[in-house]
Amino acid sequence: MSAKTNAVLNLLAVVALGIFLWWAEDNLDGYKIQILNLIAVNIILALSLNLIYGFTGLFSLGHAGFMAIGAYVCSILILAPEQKEMLFILEPAYNWVQSAQAPFFVAVVAGGLIAALFGVLVGIPLLRLGDDYLGMATLGFAEIVRVVAMNIPRVTNGALGFKGIPSHADLWWNFGWCVLTLFVLIRLVGSNSGNVFKAIRDDENAAKAMGIDVFHQKLLSFTIGAFFAGVGGALLGSLLATIDPKMFTFVLTFNVLMIVVTGGLGSITGSVLAGIVITILLEWLRFVENPVYFGDWELPGIPGMRMVVFSLALIFIILFRREGFMGKREFSWDWAVGRFFKKAGRHGV
Amino acid sequence: MASEAILETSGLTMRFGGLTAVKNFSAAVPRGGIVGLIGPNGAGKTTCFNMITGFYKPSEGQVRFNGEDITGTPPHRVCRSGIARTFQNIRLFGNETVLENVMIGGYLRQKTGWWQAVLCLPANRREERAVAERARELLKVVGLEELAGEKASSLPYGAQRRLEIARALATRPSFLLLDEPAAGMNPNETVELMGFIRDIRTSFDLTVLLIEHDMKVVMGICEHIWVLDYGETIAEGPPEAIKSDPKVIKAYLGEEAIANA
Amino acid sequence: MTWAMFVQHALNGLTLGSLYALIAIGYTMVYGILRLINFAHSEIFMLGAYFVLWGITLLYLPWFLAIAGAIVITASLGILVDRVAYRPLRDAPRISALISAIGVSFFLQNLTIVAFGAIPRAVYRPAWLENPILMGDVRVLPLTLFVPGLSCLLMLGLVWIVYKTKAGLGMRAISKDIETSYIMGVPVNRIISLTFGIGSALAAASGIMWALRYPQLQPVMGSIPGFKAFIAAVFGGIGSIPGAVVGGVMLGVIEIMAVAFFPDLAGYRDAFAFILLIVILLIKPTGLMGERLEDKV
Repeated sequence: MSAKTNAVLNLLAVVALGIFLWWAEDNLDGYKIQILNLIAVNIILALSLNLIYGFTGLFSLGHAGFMAIGAYVCSILILAPEQKEMLFILEPAYNWVQSAQAPFFVAVVAGGLIAALFGVLVGIPLLRLGDDYLGMATLGFAEIVRVVAMNIPRVTNGALGFKGIPSHADLWWNFGWCVLTLFVLIRLVGSNSGNVFKAIRDDENAAKAMGIDVFHQKLLSFTIGAFFAGVGGALLGSLLATIDPKMFTFVLTFNVLMIVVTGGLGSITGSVLAGIVITILLEWLRFVENPVYFGDWELPGIPGMRMVVFSLALIFIILFRREGFMGKREFSWDWAVGRFFKKAGRHGV
Repeated sequence: MASEAILETSGLTMRFGGLTAVKNFSAAVPRGGIVGLIGPNGAGKTTCFNMITGFYKPSEGQVRFNGEDITGTPPHRVCRSGIARTFQNIRLFGNETVLENVMIGGYLRQKTGWWQAVLCLPANRREERAVAERARELLKVVGLEELAGEKASSLPYGAQRRLEIARALATRPSFLLLDEPAAGMNPNETVELMGFIRDIRTSFDLTVLLIEHDMKVVMGICEHIWVLDYGETIAEGPPEAIKSDPKVIKAYLGEEAIANA
Repeated sequence: MTWAMFVQHALNGLTLGSLYALIAIGYTMVYGILRLINFAHSEIFMLGAYFVLWGITLLYLPWFLAIAGAIVITASLGILVDRVAYRPLRDAPRISALISAIGVSFFLQNLTIVAFGAIPRAVYRPAWLENPILMGDVRVLPLTLFVPGLSCLLMLGLVWIVYKTKAGLGMRAISKDIETSYIMGVPVNRIISLTFGIGSALAAASGIMWALRYPQLQPVMGSIPGFKAFIAAVFGGIGSIPGAVVGGVMLGVIEIMAVAFFPDLAGYRDAFAFILLIVILLIKPTGLMGERLEDKV
């Protein structure tokens, strides 16, 4: 299938998505729309972690840190100064925090860029560490971000965080960013630069011997991943309308890691599919945690059960199907058309 | 005036704690030649490769490539200057396809990078096509063009060796280091390999240095040979001289071989 | 700061440090033989305390029996975790086992929430541990003296096992070279189980003493001390038991002293350890007493 045909099919898919969203906006209830929004954001987050870990082989556990940075930066920029005046009750915000304002798109980009900046700052010293040490060090970074956020009330409002963040992040913005992230990642991974990332994952030393500046490439992948993690965090903040340091714990990173592993490390398709499935699953499992009412009678919920099921699922996947759902395979129009015609061939003449 | 030797090492020594793996390796590799580095297992041959290609920083000594001092230069920069290598125990990018492996070799010569790819700029699209084209040509040279879409780790052993060479050639080297290219080959394949190395030396304008245990290959195509034993150079010279050198025979076959010769 | 206060802080630091050290030993032993960061270890620490609570409140056991039972059960749990979640992944890439460990950690934490509820529970402290002792101007809880003392005894016991028994010899052999140990007939799997058992028992002891010292139980109580203890183990040299002890004690002392001397930094208390981790990994990843591991090209 030629590149042009592929491009046309992709465009048609995006248009179909647009039509679906247009329909959904008018016809689905708020709860379902919220789930769709979460799906979009989770896909962005999963793709960003997949780039870093699945494609380049960097075991980074610091995602929550980049998300927090993106969320705070974006929120500060979209909260109106009057809102900030009311929010910062412990200590007044700095003037630049107070007056900072930007349109939503710029605010999200800013969130991503500042997160990417931290990606560079953190990546330069940490990326020369091996596997598990990199994991612990990036986890340490994420925790430091959280603790700092608690302790600089003039910027972040400390433990209180922000409430009433303008909910600009609707279906269109979220899925718009999602499609953009997908596009960037597909182009990146499909290019020779993407091959280089995968080479580093497969055999760093051989990559060096082939003239690849491995450290530079790792930093590049890490930074791009951090950017999109920041974008995801920014969108999440606007979506949930409140953020505080307690939100950005290791559990958040764990959820994203779960999606990436389940979908398949090194598969963009996998991250998309798992993003959809796991977001829905997490929401569906909520019913286990909340009390169920039968008229007057209450069946008490079991708090914590969600994570019990979730973590058990992760253990099972790692033990029995490490490569996740898709492994390293990707969806392609060729495959889809092939399947379709195979099926049609069986039923048709 | 261009030096006759494309690569010169002087006094290269590698110490790991108390162990001296290589002592005083001094060699001048003639430009355009096919030369060999031989010796019993553990003699320090791959260590020499690692010092030349920047994977080890020599404890003592110097490496000069085209007259320039490259001692201790990191591996990716050594490759950039024109030295490519294969590995003793084949290090391919197992999860990538055969074609992608060779394309990765071609990356360092690219002018456009990731952001041009993301933005779909025509310059990048042209370049990526050119890289893929060249990769296919190189696969033809090593006879693997049919397997371009296969996963590299699924290839049989001999094909993997050839893929490694194609990948190294993609970096446009002027100097190629082959670490045991004939390992695991039967006599037919060995003859093919010897012809192949001669061919690529001419068509790609290369100098080739190989580590090899198969004496037929070494004696057949090497114009100059260095012999290492326990890290020391015990002999060097053309194949005829090495063949009959008693020190060499002793190192490989032991004292009795001399006594019984 | 008066001399009396300084001594008090120092003793508090020593107590905290001992608790960290006991946990750190478990991390370092497992890393030494399996090159695995046992994420679930922090939950083992927490469960040691919870099992005592369970024993006393649900089974009405006398306290000494509850404690003994809790330690045995926790040790068995540690062994079980290895058997089920780590052993099948021995030949898999290292990250797989690490992800499994993360999964087990979350699983145990949330299982505890399900079983015991997330609300912190108060711990009953026997009077003899509560009444402060006066030594000159220094006021000290008996607990503050008791913890380092008991920890010392436990560590001596560990030293005896590692250096004076055949099993300990096996442990040391495996951490040097697991392949050769197999070949030499060392019962590798059994010794690994023993290592998990001992490490978990020590962590359980630490958890119980922790619950007495900071008399509050909650399912998340293991996370931060566990992570800090891991950092202490890295600091002291991951893989080295003396390193874990030194690292643990030093971390405890630094943590208390830093906040004592710079009370404004109290909010950053937890961040110290993480910053220390990053600094250590950058400057001397092998820690104070660790060894280098080379990579063959």
